[in-house]
Amino acid sequence: MTGNGWVQIVLFAAIIIALTAPVGAWLAGIAEGRRNFLTPVLGPVERGLYWLGGIDPTREQSWVGYAASMLASKAAGFVLLYVLLRLQDWLPLNPAGQPAVPPDLSFNTAVSFLTNTNWQSYSGETTMSYFSQMAGLTVQNFVSAAAGIAIAIAFVRGFARRSAKTIGNYWADLVRITLYALLPFSIVIALVFVWQGVPQTIGPYVDATTLEGAKQTIALGPVASQEAIKMLGTNGGGFFNANSAHPFENPTAFTNLIQLVAIFTLGAGLTSMFGRMVGDRRQGWAVFAAMGILFLAGVAVAYWSESQGNPLLTALGVDPTLGNMEGKEVRFGAPLSALFATVTTDASCGAVNAMHESFLPLGGAVPLVNMMLGEIIYGGVGSGLYGFLLFAIIAVFVAGLMVGRTPEYLGKKIEAKEVKMTMLAILCLPLAMLGFTAVAVVLPDAVAGISASGPHGFTEALYAYVSSAANNGSAFAGLSANTPWWNSSLAFGMLIGRFFVIIPALAIAGSLAAKKTVPPSAGTFPTTGPLFVFLAVGVILIVGGLTFFPALALGPIAEHLAMAAGTTY
Amino acid sequence: MLREIRPAITIMLALTVLTGLAYPLFITGIAQAVFPRQANGSLIERDGRVVGSALIGQSFAGERYFHGRPSATTGTDPGDATKTIPAPYNAANSAGSNLAPTAKALIDRVQEDVGKLKEEAAGAPIPADLVTTSASGLDPDISPAAALLQVKRVAAARHLPEAALRALVEQSVEKRTLGLVGEPHVNVLALNLVLDGLKMH
Repeated sequence: MTGNGWVQIVLFAAIIIALTAPVGAWLAGIAEGRRNFLTPVLGPVERGLYWLGGIDPTREQSWVGYAASMLASKAAGFVLLYVLLRLQDWLPLNPAGQPAVPPDLSFNTAVSFLTNTNWQSYSGETTMSYFSQMAGLTVQNFVSAAAGIAIAIAFVRGFARRSAKTIGNYWADLVRITLYALLPFSIVIALVFVWQGVPQTIGPYVDATTLEGAKQTIALGPVASQEAIKMLGTNGGGFFNANSAHPFENPTAFTNLIQLVAIFTLGAGLTSMFGRMVGDRRQGWAVFAAMGILFLAGVAVAYWSESQGNPLLTALGVDPTLGNMEGKEVRFGAPLSALFATVTTDASCGAVNAMHESFLPLGGAVPLVNMMLGEIIYGGVGSGLYGFLLFAIIAVFVAGLMVGRTPEYLGKKIEAKEVKMTMLAILCLPLAMLGFTAVAVVLPDAVAGISASGPHGFTEALYAYVSSAANNGSAFAGLSANTPWWNSSLAFGMLIGRFFVIIPALAIAGSLAAKKTVPPSAGTFPTTGPLFVFLAVGVILIVGGLTFFPALALGPIAEHLAMAAGTTY
Repeated sequence: MLREIRPAITIMLALTVLTGLAYPLFITGIAQAVFPRQANGSLIERDGRVVGSALIGQSFAGERYFHGRPSATTGTDPGDATKTIPAPYNAANSAGSNLAPTAKALIDRVQEDVGKLKEEAAGAPIPADLVTTSASGLDPDISPAAALLQVKRVAAARHLPEAALRALVEQSVEKRTLGLVGEPHVNVLALNLVLDGLKMH
């Protein structure tokens, strides 16, 4: 590890801390329907959308109504994207002449993008037309992110409201977040990306003749516009196969920094929005601090691991100074690759600027563990906040058990219904992740897709299901996932991971909103201090650690020991 | 559920028009007007022909050029469309090797590449980037150490004084942004274009 590497990590953390409060204030304004300086321009668009949909934005919904609207928008989005991919060869803006996307791949891709996972069983530049990238995938980049934030806002309303029957209007939340948060930020980021070298054209791929006389076809496209929302909405689906490692998606260290900040900024801002909406900003900072501790722990391990050379290569006479460079880009090196891998899996982004499969075993375990914890470290936009608050409910429940009092969080009594729903949401993830992995490692159809041998092969399959159920989308990309088994099982993993968390979360929101708020008393466990922060971190690590430790022992830990012993596969 | 059908369909279609067509085309319009070079792929032309992109690496094998990193990209076998063959720096199909750190295939490949560079390195450890494949397979850069290692060979092939070429490489190093962010690197195509320019004058 170098001092400069740590300076880069600290610089990134400082930018996020500085942005958290202003972004939180902006999001709280959107959540509460306040006017802002964009209202004169975008207000007419907003009202036009309500008019088209026959929506009365002031008509609030119960949690059931909110969930029904969310599911209806997802169903419509699925059909639209699936049909578009299947008819790709009939649609315009297809200069490379890409054929229709096959059914199993279209199913996987449509589910993947609407659940904010952006797992990609395909290579963008050899599969998708510009029209599919724009009108299909970019749209879901916006909508799935907006839906995630909407759910988080509804969840926070559950805490903020007293004796209320409703938690907001889904359509109004969806439209307002898209128009006032995602679109303006994306426009600014996309233009900065173009300035730095990210292409933005609908012209065809270009043939170059290299200096040595060979022909090189260079894939292009409307990359910058998709790249901006891909990061901001923690989507992570690359325009090209190599994702943010591709020099056209992420040409410079500066774009890399913007990408990192874009991944975290809304998730961090949402913690501040939470504090504002419940009327005590310290509550938001306590959540921010717990997430920050987990972030620092992850990045420290990943950077330590990747800054060392692969000992098996060092033995052959390779200089270990640069670190483990297989699957990394020179302009990012070990520090920015380790930081990116940590950030992209703390959040449910899944963009990669280095190939996680080629990380050293313990470095590759960091993204894996981050996803196993449920991506609650700032997290996916929206999903990070409600995911964390589910763990917070368990934390206050545990604290309540220790002292023998009915647990409270933010003045709401946490009772049997909330705890049951929380456990349902928290347990469905390991069930999907480990259950599918167990099947895949014995099913010949599945095993055929695994490229690595030994413990790493197991990790490759485990990573795929962890990534899909956590709605991350990054991969140990040696896996040949474009087969009927992998496409369909991963799609089901994504659906379980998304909706079996969202629906219990909304049920909890509805239940909390209906409760009275109990004023704090001397016996109330304060949820703004270090004790709560460490309790929450402890609960997250114990639930995650105990559930997944056996799988980690079979995969990355076994491989690390094998590597130390000089074993190859 | 029935009354959700209308907003579900209309809002999804309207957002498709807004975020899937208006937004990317708006960005395209501004990009083409304000940053046309970058928006079209930072292409480099020499004598009226496109020789590559400033951001995309290309394969160099000859003695007279600085070499980039090994690339794991593949292409379709011209003889059999169902098969893929190695095609380094295929900029229409980016990919990393995705080999495990303990993969025998990785160790064997690196051992072979180290063997080829041993003589050039004159006993010093080989810079890691020169024997490892990049994440994209299109990495345009190498580390300064990897460029300096090749000075002797290129100088001999081009009959240039070694010290002058070393100075040129050192000038070509792109430093960290603001002295902080990223890693120092040398763009291989840019350096080789300068070399070709030297010959002409």
